[in-house]
Amino acid sequence: MAASVSLFGYWASPFTLRIKWALKLKGIQYEYIEEDLPNKSPLLLQYNPVHKKIPVLVHEGKPLAESLVIMEYIDEVWKESPLLPQDPYGRAKARFWSNFADDKCVPSVMRTFVAEGEDKEKAAEEAREHLKTLESGLEGKQLFGGEKINFVDVAVGWIGIWARIVEKIADVNLIDAKTMPLLDAWFAKFLELPTIKECVPPWDKLLEHNRGFRNILTYAAT
Amino acid sequence: MGEQVKLFKTWSSAFGLRIVWALKLKGIQYESIDEDLTNKSPLILQYNPVYKKIPVLVYNGRPIVESLIILEYIDETWKQNPLLPEDPHKRATARFWAKFGDDKVMSSLWQILTEQGKEREEALVQATENLKFLEEELKGKRFFGGEKIGFLDIALGWLANLVPVLEEILGFEVIDKAGFPFLSEWMLEFSSVPAIKENLPLHDKMVAKFRAYLAAAPDK
Repeated sequence: MAASVSLFGYWASPFTLRIKWALKLKGIQYEYIEEDLPNKSPLLLQYNPVHKKIPVLVHEGKPLAESLVIMEYIDEVWKESPLLPQDPYGRAKARFWSNFADDKCVPSVMRTFVAEGEDKEKAAEEAREHLKTLESGLEGKQLFGGEKINFVDVAVGWIGIWARIVEKIADVNLIDAKTMPLLDAWFAKFLELPTIKECVPPWDKLLEHNRGFRNILTYAAT
Repeated sequence: MGEQVKLFKTWSSAFGLRIVWALKLKGIQYESIDEDLTNKSPLILQYNPVYKKIPVLVYNGRPIVESLIILEYIDETWKQNPLLPEDPHKRATARFWAKFGDDKVMSSLWQILTEQGKEREEALVQATENLKFLEEELKGKRFFGGEKIGFLDIALGWLANLVPVLEEILGFEVIDKAGFPFLSEWMLEFSSVPAIKENLPLHDKMVAKFRAYLAAAPDK
């Protein structure tokens, strides 16, 4: 009997998207449970009492939270199509860039998203700096994994969609094709891959959702 | 044989200490370079251009940064005395709690120290909640790693060093025996392991350092 895999997620969550990508790339069958975030299920709260967030992966009845932790778990249990490289130094670099994206790129893009006026410009400048740094992680390659996608591509590639949504809604420049040509090309290449593209929610829906999300965030701040 | 291992750290950094512990537990020879953070050496800026921080581990001429990442690198490169367990779910659990320690526990404890009045009380409530999760995770075990110390013990080991410092400055207990029987016991056990005991910054020196830092901090 196949061991059961369940993923608790939210359709518009990029952290859920990471896990969907990882599961799909490895050909893992799973049950998907869409959570209504304002109304989290008792099961989710039981499976992730510490953070009460999605995504949560449940495998053989045991839950795991934190998307990068989940990705490493998936990579260790299902050994086909490895996401992390074999050598320790390559693995350290992959972990470094994935964490850098979460620690620096994501918050700075978020700050740009909710800021207004001069603050917005300052936030955008900081976000662009971090994105430029991220570009250096590519080391001139087309994908972080070189010829094939790897852990970093899967962990970070979603920023290519979200940054463009922020650009559109907040009317700001983040992924600057002139100053970050490699990064721009990487996002384009990664997001066009069929396996990757298939999992991404429709652009219009994401745009509408994030417009609403921004209204909530900016209203809450006043 | 063997390329030299170099560790750039400071005498007091909890993050650098993690790496010392891991290297000692695995019996790895290394050269230790203590940095003056007010005057960072060009090597740090060269080895860690993104964050410009310590610790930095250099092996085979290549730098590895970010302490939890360094721990994983050490565990994968030197296979004696494994730090992470074999089982993937247990590994994921250790990583989860290590991240929790860094993201939530550390900042909530720090806030108790730096806040005053009502904000301090709120910080204490939050910190206690966070510590309760760790207490629960530890329950029934001698160490987070089981019978021997492992990745998570090393990742959370800063508690054993810093909480007594914090408590002395605050004048009250944060991890008390009644509320945290397991965590209290673990802090003592962990500190008694020879590799750890021989590599703990002196309590009084740490108290003085934190007091100086708080005194210098601008009033809110």
